[in-house]
Amino acid sequence: MKPLHEMTACELLDAQKSGALSARDIVRASLDRIAGLDPSIKALLSVRAEEALAQAQSIDAARAKGEPLGALAGLPIVLKDNICTKGWETTCASRILRNFKPPYDAGVVAKLRAADAVILAKANMDEFAFGSSTENSAFFPTRNPWDSSRVPGGSSGGSVASVASGMTPLALGSETGGSVRQPASFCGVTGLKPTYGRVSRYGLIAFGSSLDQIAPCARDAKDVALLLGVIAGHDASDSTSSPAPVPDYLAGISRPCPKMRIGLPREYFIDGLAPDVEKRVREAAEAFRSLGHDVRDVSLPDPKYGVSAYYIIGTAEASSNLARFDGVHYGHRTAAKTDIIELYSRTREEGFGDEAKRRIMLGTHALSSGYYDAYYLKAAKVRRLVAEGFRKAFEEVDAVLSPTSPTTAFKLGERSTDPLQMYLADIFTIPANMAGIPGISIPCGFDSSGLPVGVQLMAPALEESRLLHLANAFQSATDFHLRRPAV
Amino acid sequence: MIDEKQVAHVAKLARLALTPEEMQRFAAQLSHILAYVDELNEIDTSGVEPMSHPLDLSNIFRDDATKPSLSPDEALANAPQKRDGFFLVPPVLEWGE
Repeated sequence: MKPLHEMTACELLDAQKSGALSARDIVRASLDRIAGLDPSIKALLSVRAEEALAQAQSIDAARAKGEPLGALAGLPIVLKDNICTKGWETTCASRILRNFKPPYDAGVVAKLRAADAVILAKANMDEFAFGSSTENSAFFPTRNPWDSSRVPGGSSGGSVASVASGMTPLALGSETGGSVRQPASFCGVTGLKPTYGRVSRYGLIAFGSSLDQIAPCARDAKDVALLLGVIAGHDASDSTSSPAPVPDYLAGISRPCPKMRIGLPREYFIDGLAPDVEKRVREAAEAFRSLGHDVRDVSLPDPKYGVSAYYIIGTAEASSNLARFDGVHYGHRTAAKTDIIELYSRTREEGFGDEAKRRIMLGTHALSSGYYDAYYLKAAKVRRLVAEGFRKAFEEVDAVLSPTSPTTAFKLGERSTDPLQMYLADIFTIPANMAGIPGISIPCGFDSSGLPVGVQLMAPALEESRLLHLANAFQSATDFHLRRPAV
Repeated sequence: MIDEKQVAHVAKLARLALTPEEMQRFAAQLSHILAYVDELNEIDTSGVEPMSHPLDLSNIFRDDATKPSLSPDEALANAPQKRDGFFLVPPVLEWGE
């Protein structure tokens, strides 16, 4: 048997059913791996080892008695620290929520618990998911398991790095503009942004309410399919969650992959795309062609306009959502003796980090009197064009293939002084969030420095099965997803 | 472009007590970002319906029925300051003589 930290979630389920491994073996191995690696990778903000071991023990006991178990029984999972866990610190990696213990579980957390998943830890992130490198955490940056001088991507860098380094087979992050796909590409793992509304946002601390979506991350498409099947579905507590039935994603992709038309959007192969990234992505397109798919050119709106519109819409929504942090109901409160307005203003000044303040300022400006039409309304119209562009492209093709990010992982500090350069790391992932459609990033090779490259596939709303099918077909024919960093 | 005076105005709207150094830096950075965002004006959006949301949702209603909710103690558990079952804040209105 291969080492536990190299096994996929599906393999770990089988090993428990056959009696080769217990849930306690699996959870113990994850905790050992965390103890050994996290002091240097720094992916996690809080670990609940004793609770996890106790839960594993009760799963083993239930299995011994022949009691029915959930679909994720005994599988460790790590959650981004913007997903509420009852009585367990949920900080958004922000000083303003440093000691916040939610009084309820997020919708996905309730589903994970019902499926007998073992929640091990809460993961580091860019503060309030504002960033593409996990350097904007108020606590510490996370390192890329492939090269500790480089960022893991972000904002879900902690969740993704914990999967890439074998601390856990499964993790949840969140996406507003690419925050799982982009780090998945930087860290060589598989990350899916579901259709807007496919997964309940109840208990996900809001950034951009019309863009946010909880997103699964794992080592391969099968594990992502397994996890998505558990967390997807309608939730009465999130009125925007989709009532569409949830297919059995895992059973679906075990059938042969139907032949599809895959479009390469010429607007996504641009100046500024790193040559090694372009090579690997074009090789991936060729691999799909040799698997029998019809790979052809397609046209989409220029993604640079998506970035501009996104940074208006995303910050506008963020500035409204973050108005709730005022030092009254929860979180940090200034020690200064002041009136109520100063209480709000000083609390927020002390509690928020640099990027959070910058985005609140940008969003407030874009919504302010005299600027609303020029910025917010204009951006909302461009957003319509982005969505329309996909609708037209999907009349010609079944899926779209592009790079996930223009480069491989960059060095810590390299982009932190230039907000705009950081924003451009998400140029190819933002359009799917704007349109509300699903996208997946899968490993497709390495650059000349040995850093992972990701290829992205996008499909029409609620066609996650199509993406998982294609990703699984690619992973059945390649071994990039099996390579592991030497940590 | 956005100058420091506008930054001060926006900071007041956003309830952020920015330092003078932050005002200066944000004026430069926000100007840079807004100049980039101005490329949106290259796109003709006449006649385009703004899209505020990916879903065409109308109002979604639930039954108007009571259900369990947080107890006052749970709701107040994270309050930085509380008293007698309430969130505690400084006086909102100034009292006269």
